[in-house]
Amino acid sequence: MWRQDGRLYGGSGPGSALGLARSVLRLNAINKYYQVGSHRLHVLRDVDAEIEDGELVSIMGASGSGKSTLLNILGILDRYDGGEYWLGDTLVRDLSETQAARYRNRFIGFVFQSFNLLPFKTALENVALPLYYQGVSRRARNRTAMQYLERVGLAEWAEHRPNELSGGQKQRVAIARALIGKPKIILADEPTGALDSATSLQIMDLLGEIHASGMTVIVVTHEAEIAARTQRVIRLRDGKIEAAA
Amino acid sequence: MADLDAFFEIAQSLGRHKLRTALTALGVFLGIFIFVLMSGLGPALQGAVQKRMAGFATNAVFMWGQRTSMPHAGMQPNRPVRFKNDDIAPLSRLEGVEHLAPRNQLGGFRAGAVVKRHGKTGSYQVAGDYPAFQYIQVPLMRAGRYINDRGLVERRKVAVIGEEVARGLFAPGEEPIGGAIEVNGIHFEVVGVFGTRAQGQQGDQQVRAVHVPFSTFQQAFHFGDHVSWFAMTARPGVDGADLERRARALLAERHKLAPDDELAIGSWNAAKQFAKQGTLFLAIQVILVLAGFLSLLAGAIGVLTILLITVRERTKEIGVRKALGATPRSVVAIVLAEAIMLTAAAGYVGLVAGVATIELANWLFVRFQVPLGDMHVSLEFAAIATVILIVVGAVAGLIPALRAAAIQPIEALRDE
Ligand SMILES: Nc1ncnc2c1ncn2[C@@H]1O[C@H](COP(=O)(O)OP(=O)(O)O)[C@@H](O)[C@H]1O
Ligand SMILES: [Mg+2]
Repeated sequence: MWRQDGRLYGGSGPGSALGLARSVLRLNAINKYYQVGSHRLHVLRDVDAEIEDGELVSIMGASGSGKSTLLNILGILDRYDGGEYWLGDTLVRDLSETQAARYRNRFIGFVFQSFNLLPFKTALENVALPLYYQGVSRRARNRTAMQYLERVGLAEWAEHRPNELSGGQKQRVAIARALIGKPKIILADEPTGALDSATSLQIMDLLGEIHASGMTVIVVTHEAEIAARTQRVIRLRDGKIEAAA
Repeated sequence: MADLDAFFEIAQSLGRHKLRTALTALGVFLGIFIFVLMSGLGPALQGAVQKRMAGFATNAVFMWGQRTSMPHAGMQPNRPVRFKNDDIAPLSRLEGVEHLAPRNQLGGFRAGAVVKRHGKTGSYQVAGDYPAFQYIQVPLMRAGRYINDRGLVERRKVAVIGEEVARGLFAPGEEPIGGAIEVNGIHFEVVGVFGTRAQGQQGDQQVRAVHVPFSTFQQAFHFGDHVSWFAMTARPGVDGADLERRARALLAERHKLAPDDELAIGSWNAAKQFAKQGTLFLAIQVILVLAGFLSLLAGAIGVLTILLITVRERTKEIGVRKALGATPRSVVAIVLAEAIMLTAAAGYVGLVAGVATIELANWLFVRFQVPLGDMHVSLEFAAIATVILIVVGAVAGLIPALRAAAIQPIEALRDE
């Protein structure tokens, strides 16, 4: 049933109509509420969005506008209360925790503002972690992790723990970790929020390179300079899409 | 490969909090250690009593005459009941009797008589016995033989003496067999020396005794046809209590006693005694094992508490892992495995230490002749303990594991 729907969307979406790349994800009138005490907070209001394969998109908005909530839904870390979220031609709704974990592992790479590296593991082990959940052997995992560390320029830091790395280096390790599972989409929530402006630019350059290699990248930010470095900006205000450029 | 990975992950996690891990491990270690000791102590105590009773027929019934307590067949109460030689044949024909041993004794029950030899004297129990007495209280023959039928029929003046008697009356290196001992002016030739398997007071008393043929005893010490008491064993499969009842009925009829005059005949039933002791020891064992289990439980609760703290502390880590693709199952598995590994490793050490302590105690018991039974831990026990360990670990880990699995990544990852 939903597969047919999926094909329907695939065939009649604006992307295909214009003969552009297929969309990797599509949001249809997404609504999200948070219960705060007796009050029901309407955090996302009828959010429609379509992101195509290989796009570099930023989601901009003031603090509290719902950016992280939206990104968490995209990353299948959170549920939504109304609408449809299509990831490829899969309707992401009512997934079991196990299914959600599989999708996250296979399709999505996360980059967080506060890096979220495991402090007791080395840079190499941190990068290798998603492959552990794909059942890849330790040896193969570490070999691949080393390649990704090289790619972000941190090969010499492989055996160091996160507390021995600078903020920028930590974020590079986190990006390598996001990439190692060969996901379809990289979701970055304020990836430069904890970094100085010079380092921020380097991280944006790195995300730009990743995009250039053909990957879909979605960056949440409230900084105009960061948004300016993306192809398209989705603006959120009080949970509503303001304008798409 | 993946298993080795999990092992590595757990080792890393346990290694991060060495003190905490060590304390938890100590709790489990003590739990199992005490559990093993308690389980070993039960059989040891039981063994102590069994050793005391060793060499004693467990199906023996004893019977002696007392005084009537009610009038019967025109006779007044308080009439003494005296068993006679005439009772021997009918009793031995009683259904279910395996061995019958009538017995007489100088002095009262447990009293001694003066036994002399070449100026040496000692106070020992002197009894007139049937050969069958060796099936009631089994002698360990050190030399010679026990009383035989010929001695009984020919009223020979022979004696079988306990090894303490031999030690008291014969010089070291002197051969007791063939030697003569004197009781109340009558000389007996020693034909056998016996020891006993019984330990403690019981054993000491058994080897401070002189047994002479029943018939010789009656004649020599002017007992006429009097029988002080009967000892008998029940045939295999015959209930000792039932035999006791029927033997009492038979004797009551023969001696014109009221059938319900409980006091006219005294009796003692080993089976009942053993059963009583068995119940007592079962109770003690249950208490010991329970105490062991409680200590084990304390260890398990320690594991549970520590893991709950650990899971709480690792909320962020578990959130990150889930974001990266950890399934709830893998999270449960890793916490459970951690619990089981911690419990199993610490518990195993406790098991080994417990068994070693028991072995050491056994060695000391033997070395210093402590009359306790073997403390033993069987292979099955070790196997059961291992299974218990794993179950305890799993149960202790289950709640923290489920709590870990329920952690929501967005809650864990929220930037404050
Ligand atoms: N778990 C939650 N419970 C209640 N309210 C929440 C929760 N998470 C976010 N919110 C609220 O939802 C709104 C959007 O939050 P968020 O998506 O984090 O905004 P942004 O990332 O744009 O700053 C805010 O008002 C925030 O307070
Ligand atoms: Mg945010």
